[in-house]
Amino acid sequence: MKDFNYHSAKDSKEASKLASSSSAFLAGGMTTIPSMKLGLATYKDLIDIKNIKKLSGIKVSGKSVTIGAATKHVEVSNSKDVKKAIPSLSSLAEGIGDPQVRNRGTIGGSIANNDPSADYPSACIALNATIHTNERKIEAAKFFKGMFETALKKGELIEAIEFQIPEKSSYQKHPNPASRYAIVGVYVAKHKGDVNVAVTGAKSCVYNDKEMSKALSGNFSSSSIDGMDLDSSEMNNDMHASAEFRASLVVTQAKKAVDAC
Amino acid sequence: MASLVGSRVERKEDKRFLTGKGRYTADINLANQTYAIFVRSPHARASIKKINIDKALKSSGVVSILTGKEIADDKIGGLIAGWAIRSEDGTEMKCPGNPPLAKDNVNFVGDPVAVVIAESLAEAKEAAEKVEVDYKVLKAVTSTADAMNGDTIHEGIDKNLCFDWLLGDRQKVKEAFDKADKVISIDIINNRLIPNAMEPRACVADYNAASEEITLYTTSQNPHLSRLIMSAFGNVAPEHKLRVVAPDVGGGFGSKINVYNEDIVCSWAAKKINRAIKWVAERSESFLTDIHGRDHVTHAELAVTKDGKFLGFKNETIANLGAYARVFGTVTPTYLFGPCATGVYEIPAAYTNVKAVYTNTAPVDAYRGAGRPEATYTIERLVEKASMELGIDKTELRIKNFPTAFPFKQTLVHTVDSGDYVAGMEKAKQMADYKGFEARRKESEAKGKLRGIGVTSYFEACGIAPSAAVMSLGCGVGLWESAEVRFNPTGQVTVYTGSHSHGQSHQTTFAQIAADELGVPIENIDIVHGDTDKGTFGMGTYGSRSLAVGGIAIVNACKKIVEKGKRVTAKMLEANPDDVEFKDGEFIVSKSNKKKTIGEVAFACYLPGVRDEMKSPLPEGDEPGLKETSFYDPSNFSFPAGTHIAEVEIDPETGHVKLEKYTACDDFGRIINPMVVEGQVHGGLAQGIGQALYENAEYDETGQLMTGSYMDYTMPRADNFPEFNIGYTCTHATTNPLGVKGCGEAGAIAAPPTVMNAVIDALGGQEVTMPATAEKVWKACKNLKKSNAKAA
Repeated sequence: MKDFNYHSAKDSKEASKLASSSSAFLAGGMTTIPSMKLGLATYKDLIDIKNIKKLSGIKVSGKSVTIGAATKHVEVSNSKDVKKAIPSLSSLAEGIGDPQVRNRGTIGGSIANNDPSADYPSACIALNATIHTNERKIEAAKFFKGMFETALKKGELIEAIEFQIPEKSSYQKHPNPASRYAIVGVYVAKHKGDVNVAVTGAKSCVYNDKEMSKALSGNFSSSSIDGMDLDSSEMNNDMHASAEFRASLVVTQAKKAVDAC
Repeated sequence: MASLVGSRVERKEDKRFLTGKGRYTADINLANQTYAIFVRSPHARASIKKINIDKALKSSGVVSILTGKEIADDKIGGLIAGWAIRSEDGTEMKCPGNPPLAKDNVNFVGDPVAVVIAESLAEAKEAAEKVEVDYKVLKAVTSTADAMNGDTIHEGIDKNLCFDWLLGDRQKVKEAFDKADKVISIDIINNRLIPNAMEPRACVADYNAASEEITLYTTSQNPHLSRLIMSAFGNVAPEHKLRVVAPDVGGGFGSKINVYNEDIVCSWAAKKINRAIKWVAERSESFLTDIHGRDHVTHAELAVTKDGKFLGFKNETIANLGAYARVFGTVTPTYLFGPCATGVYEIPAAYTNVKAVYTNTAPVDAYRGAGRPEATYTIERLVEKASMELGIDKTELRIKNFPTAFPFKQTLVHTVDSGDYVAGMEKAKQMADYKGFEARRKESEAKGKLRGIGVTSYFEACGIAPSAAVMSLGCGVGLWESAEVRFNPTGQVTVYTGSHSHGQSHQTTFAQIAADELGVPIENIDIVHGDTDKGTFGMGTYGSRSLAVGGIAIVNACKKIVEKGKRVTAKMLEANPDDVEFKDGEFIVSKSNKKKTIGEVAFACYLPGVRDEMKSPLPEGDEPGLKETSFYDPSNFSFPAGTHIAEVEIDPETGHVKLEKYTACDDFGRIINPMVVEGQVHGGLAQGIGQALYENAEYDETGQLMTGSYMDYTMPRADNFPEFNIGYTCTHATTNPLGVKGCGEAGAIAAPPTVMNAVIDALGGQEVTMPATAEKVWKACKNLKKSNAKAA
């Protein structure tokens, strides 16, 4: 690991001011630190945002659950409020990585990183989330741009994620047996009027599967998507799973999710 | 006094391990030490055109940078294969040179080409990045099956073939096959594994210019053997000027048997720079450069009669040695593999043919089970297939071909002294509720799941390696073990053993043995190992040999102590030595009330003479002191055996295999500490099940390791396993005084075929290679659905 300057910001404003083209925000550091140790990323400045009080905590209102960006996975999975309002979100958090990761990793870090196999991005899409930054509000559908790519501008800091409480929802994941990241993860959420089927792990970026959403919006039953033959041409193809297998898993996990709703 | 052997004595070592007080190699820091980083080849096969260290030398904190040229100039020897194997045509095996730092060619990704030594680790790393190596990249050979058709890796070694070895009689096998009603054949791959000891390899080398002595602290399973090899073949220093210490070692599984490049380079360089050098592997270096295990491609056939009697067996295997032949690299796929190929069955004719090939991959060597898992996987998969094709129950078919009397003289090599395979099978069936399986299968079917049951009956040859037995096979080196038992004048005991504990609990189990033999409280017994300056030369720990060989050496040394004690007691009590009996720590003159405790005898041996008396307690001819040594060379291997039964449930939609039940019924002979044995069984099973369902080392065609981290190499975790159902049958070994056999490798040997037989049973007999990943199983489920639809 190369030498770098460590800063601990006291508020978003200071964090944003310290940011430069060779800096990174440090929350849980579950991706940033290993990347630096392996020499895959180097930064001149790391700006620690964990001590910004405003960024941690969970608020539940009638229609939404708002989670501060620096809130740890373990806090989401243990939160009684989250369990009551959106149980699938709490169980998603409980299934991320391992206890060490859940005790350090944060929701904001996960979303800002936008790993194609991460769990949280699917929750954002399925639950029509709004990403609150220090500058603006971004709809989840416009936030995730591509592999490790988001709508965030340099120095823009996620402050909170606001999830819409659905009528029913479930997240089902087929984990990579080694890393336990999602080979395929499907988050199904039934809102008043429509159904979202957010898929992670299958392609280069999380997406809402329109075909299944449409079918389930018409009839919210796993039979309406059973045997659906998804186009696998854009799906990831690696030593852990072929595109063909992933396409099949997307339907299987979606069916499981609907059945679990 | 109650016997300690057989009881669940809590581990003496746990206090330090559980309180963070273990002392591992990486915990050792010496005054004025430097740090080493190795510059490694990024290519699987290349010639080195030029190495430029100018920029790196100017980097801050650099003390020295050494390359293959310097090590060759100093005539430091390379790494060696410990066993010479002769091919079927009588020619000697062909081994390439393996310099500790590559000079002209690199042959696998991770092959070290230079060492950078600096004042700090960060500085060493930074400088290492500045070493410029100009490579001419050559086409790599990576496939085991195709290695013989690839470019020649090592000059003069045609077809990349190290040897083409045969054990058995081809003609007899042909005759047996001619008489067969049916021939069952199978093509299998024994997947390559990475041992993944919890503690990565490390070494700290120190040089004392005044005494001219090198001290090497290293993560070794066998420090004495390492010293011998480094001295005799590495030319690092004469043995009396080289001390090798292997302190607490966090797991080995065979991967720490070898002397590694880093051990030799750091020892040599420490003397050169006259400073201590520390090196600790990063996990990615462990993946790349620790020896790997298994990697066989096999075609095997079993000739049977229609009522299920086995007539003949053949095994044609290609074994991947990796880039170089290392210490146990050549013996693992031959003498540790071939003799076990026919399993627990009476098969009148058999042969095993092994072609060992070089590839541009990490060296392959002994890994938990070493040869025996590969042998067992082959025969047990074949027997299971035979049961399917013959329509005979898998347990009945096995029992039909078990030996009925012991000693059991096998077709190929071994004479198994003891066992009761039928009893083991019956007990395993009962433990696993074998009878109830069909009902459970139906329950799974009702849920839309596929359920399978798999059986393995195994034996293994461990307690390696009796000199007489292995030399009769043409294997040049026998492996005995040593022990020294030393009384202090005030009655405590120190036992020095040549075995090495890196998780085996010797500090406890060896003390249990000595406590029983000597009648001394276990608290007063210390076990010392792992330092060539302490105790006599020893062979180390691997091949489930610590107890069956090292433990017996302790017993024998204790018996010598007792014999001397009897003579001394007789002198002290004016009795006939033949009338002195020893029991529970007391020497008693028979038919009298005269006795001496072993503590009194020890004291007398060290401080002869009784106050106010002018007589010595020492008999004529006996010297003072109470210390005895034994070098034990067993008369035969020991042969643990057993039957394991696994049940899996498969989700055909996702291909997920859930291991529902696992039953292990093993015969380890006498058990010293049931708690420790359970730990060994659990660990072995975890690794064996890991091979069947999770672990796989994969290289791409250019020789890059695709599974070089825990993101891609699946180490099994606790939640992958059910509660293990463990039981024993105990037939005592007749070849050693404790009746022990060995338990360290059984799980890793038996579990892969047991689990795979269950998976393949669930899949209606469709072959799936290890590991049975979700995608492979999903595809097989799809095929099954198609063929069922056709049949309907």
